[in-house]
Amino acid sequence: MIGLAVATAIVLALSFLADRGRTLTGLKKGAKMFLNILPALLNVLILVSVFLYLVPPRQLTAWLGQGSGWTGVAGAALLGSISLIPGFIAFPLGAILVRSGISNMVVAVFITTLMMVGILTLPLEAKYFGWRVSFLRNALSFAGAMLIGLLMGIFL
Amino acid sequence: MKSKAAWVIKRYGFILLFVCFIAFSSLMPFAPGIEVGRNFRLFFLEMAVILPLMFILIGLFDVWVPREKILRHLGPEAGAMGILWVVLLAMLQAGPLYAAFPVAALLWKKGCSVRNVFVYLGAFSTLKIPMLAFEIGFLGLKFSLLRALFSLPVFIGIGYLLALDLKNRNFAVKEPR
Repeated sequence: MIGLAVATAIVLALSFLADRGRTLTGLKKGAKMFLNILPALLNVLILVSVFLYLVPPRQLTAWLGQGSGWTGVAGAALLGSISLIPGFIAFPLGAILVRSGISNMVVAVFITTLMMVGILTLPLEAKYFGWRVSFLRNALSFAGAMLIGLLMGIFL
Repeated sequence: MKSKAAWVIKRYGFILLFVCFIAFSSLMPFAPGIEVGRNFRLFFLEMAVILPLMFILIGLFDVWVPREKILRHLGPEAGAMGILWVVLLAMLQAGPLYAAFPVAALLWKKGCSVRNVFVYLGAFSTLKIPMLAFEIGFLGLKFSLLRALFSLPVFIGIGYLLALDLKNRNFAVKEPR
């Protein structure tokens, strides 16, 4: 987070030194792109906030902790696909799951679907790629995440 | 003027309604509403910090990086090296997946191939260095390295599959307006 801020500041300063007018054009372009996507983005954040209320992390841990084996994997895949949890919650959660004896496969499937599949962000994704492609990308990512989880289960 | 108001309501109506709901909840007080509001604040803060920075970088990228450079290194003719470059680019970034969509749109506009656009999204979602550091801290080096190692061929494969599917479909990444 701080790295990103520092990098942006440096790039911005260099750009300003090199060409003031062009930098302003760039900033205007960036601001316009941001404002264009802002409403859709806020709507998705609202959906996610409601979801996180309905399924808080401790509830998630309880569900994931119950099933091992295939029901566990299926549950993890489903929860991971729907949820949009920032890394600073997801990884500690994964660590708790591993420590409480949940198989690596279940944890890997949960983490990977969480990263690659985003059902709640589909409306946002569709604004850029269209619905068909967004569905396709998420479906392929879901299959891919299952594969990764399976391999993790075998090799870890 | 009237059409402008309609435009604002159409775009921001749901958000305004939500804000009213949260305000109402804290007045009542209505506990579920307050908790939803707290969640929203958490996500909103993450977004409010990362996205403006991202869009500053995207805007500057747009004016400074010439199209022919992207076309040559990430375009349809770029080959395997193109994959390497988009993966490295994605690894250097931070933020949730939805922050990658506008970057993908820009890359596309500058001539990046369909395959590389989706490889970029895959790498962004699974291999960001700030996220990997966090993952290693909590789940261990072995877990994280193996997961990254298995993810790489998977999302490259997804890139190839999507490119194949979209070959004759006149696909374009849109800029939302």
